[in-house]
Amino acid sequence: MSSPASTPIVPRPVLVARDVRVSLQGSEILHGVGIEAAPGEVVALMGGNGSGKSTFVRALVGAVPTTAGTIEFFDAPASAQARARVGYVPQRMTASGGLAATALEVVTSGLLGHRALRPGRGANTKALKALATLGVEELAHRDVSHLSGGQQQRVLISRALVRNPQLLILDEPMAGVDLQSQVAFAHALGHLKESGVAIVIVLHELGAIARHIDQAVVIEHGCITYVGKPPQDLGVHALPGHDHEHAHEEPAARAGSGLGLEGPQ
Amino acid sequence: MSLLMEPLVQRMLLAGLLVGITTPVVGTYLVQRRMALLGDGIGHVALAGVAAGWLAGSAAGMAQRDTLAIPGAIIFAVAGAVAIERMRSKGAAADVVMAVLFYGGIATGVLLIGLAGGSNANLLGYLFGSISTVTWVDVWITGGLAVAILVVGLYLRPALFAVTHDQEFARSTGLPVAVLNMVVAILAAITITVAMRVVGVLLVSALMILPVAIAEQLTHSFSRTMHLAMGIGAVLTVAGVAITLEHDLQPGALIVVLGVAAYVVTNIGAGLVRRVRGTP
Repeated sequence: MSSPASTPIVPRPVLVARDVRVSLQGSEILHGVGIEAAPGEVVALMGGNGSGKSTFVRALVGAVPTTAGTIEFFDAPASAQARARVGYVPQRMTASGGLAATALEVVTSGLLGHRALRPGRGANTKALKALATLGVEELAHRDVSHLSGGQQQRVLISRALVRNPQLLILDEPMAGVDLQSQVAFAHALGHLKESGVAIVIVLHELGAIARHIDQAVVIEHGCITYVGKPPQDLGVHALPGHDHEHAHEEPAARAGSGLGLEGPQ
Repeated sequence: MSLLMEPLVQRMLLAGLLVGITTPVVGTYLVQRRMALLGDGIGHVALAGVAAGWLAGSAAGMAQRDTLAIPGAIIFAVAGAVAIERMRSKGAAADVVMAVLFYGGIATGVLLIGLAGGSNANLLGYLFGSISTVTWVDVWITGGLAVAILVVGLYLRPALFAVTHDQEFARSTGLPVAVLNMVVAILAAITITVAMRVVGVLLVSALMILPVAIAEQLTHSFSRTMHLAMGIGAVLTVAGVAITLEHDLQPGALIVVLGVAAYVVTNIGAGLVRRVRGTP
């Protein structure tokens, strides 16, 4: 399915979301936001606390229902089948389970999906390989609830990677994570980008992965206020959407529906 | 050893073994979902089903009025489990829903058994178990349901684990989350009705949860917790039945007391091991 080498064609986006609206407990959290991500592209979704960026990615992966708008994966409306090629990394490991589970069991659960109620052959090998990608294969048989925040985060990323996703959606994978885990993650992210995986990543600050980011999308109060290149070599304080920022009146800002996003140049 | 040749003893041990192996499979999912008391709630609804079956049997003029007791229990338990799951998925507080079923179930049972011309004593057999009156038909029914529970509960373990461990992630993968949640609820309902004859409604929940509570202190793995709990469940029920052959004790109550004792011993032992190793 590769395009002719002579004519570089901009790859079609694998994720197209338009005018997505989400209401929680009767009040609208997202007022029509959109995003696009093409193969090999890293899109950073930024914004302050309570801006709706987390709700947006949870809507993308089907964890919260939308009240309006369209979400398309791989040129087709989001369906259980399409989710087979999507990897999702939640903000943190849920403590909802009452029993212990090993990192290997958690990562293996990433092999399941719409028509895959069992992980199939070679599941452990695949899961160990995914853990090794993030340098935590030695934690395979440890109880995940006893791991540090950074180790848990790497297990959750492994669980998404074991799916061999073509679209990876991560919700603040760097929040409260030790430097070693950040470096391991940045390394893995670079490899995924090179291999053509589209990546949408919710970030509070650019940190260790700044150089991989092609596009920044800023959400404030449930609306998109900025779409464009992330400021290079600048700290998080220069970015719109940082907590200390005031109103966003940057020239590049295109508030509203988020239609017509530009790909990276 | 000659006791083992007695058909009644064989039936009791076989029924005990089947119940001991199957109940912890479902119990593992319930503990994982922090719904350890679900068995109690559904169990009391099943009791109302027993009484309803009894009423239907006497209305139909059946020779044995309790013929429809177990089918009644299964229908009521499954309906109760589906109701709990639907209300829970709509955001109702699970503990309140279970409490309503608990009181509603036992009160309805007492009312219906009275209407059927029976007495509360008839219900006691189901409340505390009556393994010493188990027939070969009971054993066959128990065996059939036990196989169904094991096949579904073990085959679907990866998917049921995924849904109970992280529902949001499970949804993102395209797993049929709502269907799998319902499978757990229905499995619990069927397991309770299977175990009812042996340990009684009141103690079914205990036999679901105790082996899991013991096993979870011995391993860090979800699947090993389940396998270990199945073994512990089998040992507890068979030991309980075996002891009552020699001593005149109530088997259902004995099995649970054995389980509680094993839990306490494991808890103290695991605490000592942690202290020796210096890990929290």
